[in-house]
Amino acid sequence: MKIVALIKQVPDTYGERKLSATGVIVRGAKESVIDEISERALEIALSHKDKDKSTQVVALSMGPESVTEALRKALSLGADSAVHVCDDQLVGADLVTTARVLAAALKKEGFDLIVTGNQSSDGQGGTLPAMLAEHLSLPAATALDSLEINGTTLRAQRSTDYASATVHTTLPAVVSVTERAPEARFPNFRGIMSAKRKPLSALSLDDLDIDLGSDRSGGRSVVLTSTQRPARTAGIKITDEGQAAAQLAEFLSAGRLI
Amino acid sequence: MSNILVFIETSPSGELRNTVAPLLGVAATLGHPICVVSASPERRESIAQQLSQSGAGHVVFASTDQTTASLVEPHVQALTTAVQNFAPAAVLIANSVDGRDVAGRLAVRVGMNLIIDAVELRLQDGAVVAAHSIFGGAYLVESTVHDGIPIVTVRQGVGEPLEATEGATVDVVEVTAANYVDVVIGEVAEKTVEQDRPELRSASTVVSGGRGLGSKENFALVETLADLLDGAVGASRAAVDAGYAPQNTQVGQTGVTVAPDLYIAVGISGAIQHRAGMQAAKTIVAINSDEHAPIFDIADFGVVGDAFEIVPQLVAEIGARSTRVP
Repeated sequence: MKIVALIKQVPDTYGERKLSATGVIVRGAKESVIDEISERALEIALSHKDKDKSTQVVALSMGPESVTEALRKALSLGADSAVHVCDDQLVGADLVTTARVLAAALKKEGFDLIVTGNQSSDGQGGTLPAMLAEHLSLPAATALDSLEINGTTLRAQRSTDYASATVHTTLPAVVSVTERAPEARFPNFRGIMSAKRKPLSALSLDDLDIDLGSDRSGGRSVVLTSTQRPARTAGIKITDEGQAAAQLAEFLSAGRLI
Repeated sequence: MSNILVFIETSPSGELRNTVAPLLGVAATLGHPICVVSASPERRESIAQQLSQSGAGHVVFASTDQTTASLVEPHVQALTTAVQNFAPAAVLIANSVDGRDVAGRLAVRVGMNLIIDAVELRLQDGAVVAAHSIFGGAYLVESTVHDGIPIVTVRQGVGEPLEATEGATVDVVEVTAANYVDVVIGEVAEKTVEQDRPELRSASTVVSGGRGLGSKENFALVETLADLLDGAVGASRAAVDAGYAPQNTQVGQTGVTVAPDLYIAVGISGAIQHRAGMQAAKTIVAINSDEHAPIFDIADFGVVGDAFEIVPQLVAEIGARSTRVP
């Protein structure tokens, strides 16, 4: 069984996140981390490997140079190898391009199961798992809270905006997990040391035989403007000495909020 | 006027989801809405009637008896056919879990591009331009698709419902099984919807509770205040994880994003991930016992103190001042 976990490096949600005037994330390598939801996706693959040692886990990511850090972390957590899709032409790539490139990389790498997070914390697109499945003619079992793999059968609990449902399908497949899926493990010393010796390969668009200029029939999604809203500032702050509720009611009333 | 395709979500029993009416409203501001829906044949009349109640004049109904044999395939096929037949200026899909799956597959299948999580849409020189609220409202971004027609996922709660029509024309199209192995749906448990309270995403007042409330029983404090203000109930991730509130009330980075007129945070420390889901609120009130809680940095009115004392007093104060006709 070969499981490919898709990893996305994102600006840390605990830090300040910035967009450029063209809507591209300003990446300072220091505040970039593996998205928490990607770690959960990787955890699904690693916990399967815990049960079946013959499982091969590959961490795959697309992004700039700094992404090697995220992939090294994935290796230290227990992935067997890592693939970094990296090409200057991919800066600011839209979802259609991203899906096309990742699908090509996945085809080249080979897989039985592709695991992703349901939605990244930066772009929050949430469409990529279905897009990959469509490119690869696979089922997409998305938004899974939990899943169980038995041979080539996958059974899972899926959670939508309106309902929770049991679903099942057959491998190969694309799955995406929600933040209800188990948290990632921590890297241990042995993992960190062995990560340095594990293979981390790089793929360019040439390696994938993709010419971005050749097919733009669907157009390109472009950012027209990007403006930072003025930061919120603290207003009135009082300490309750028995009168706070009345003052608050007065504030709400003055603002016609009650 | 250009055609705008609108993907219609329905429940397994054939009721329109609450995303439908506002989405139709958004479509009508851009052009002539055409609803695209797939369901089993016996639901056709009832769905067409509900859609006409929601202001639809034109429905494309994809008949399928495979409703549990696939998550999204009949929807994607129905939309593919409609894209070919109606040359739309845009396809609008609610930014829901299923909506995102439909949008993703459709984009690849028909070779169209995506605009994600639009909070506002307008036409500019014939092209659809979308506004997005990024990083929890810290940035306002406008985007469009050049040289193509966009599939747009629209944030839930955006859009004003339309007046009912006298009836909708219904075109029936056929769909076939997927050409890939599909995902089969087993048992479905519908999430309970708070019938008596406004919807969290579109409520003008939201009262949220956090870990500071200490228990599920104490969370009732938040519900009482919300009900008094005709508001929706929200919760921090910590409160949801602790089991005080259901998951669909979670406000924040990984939950619902809200932008009400009034947001009251009770016992919420205000971790940056929570703030990402509510900092676009017009007025923020925070009640917390920890004077250093980061929520106070963005609160217009902060009260340092014990929520168990302050909230009941506030309820009494508001009750005494209320001029609202019951």
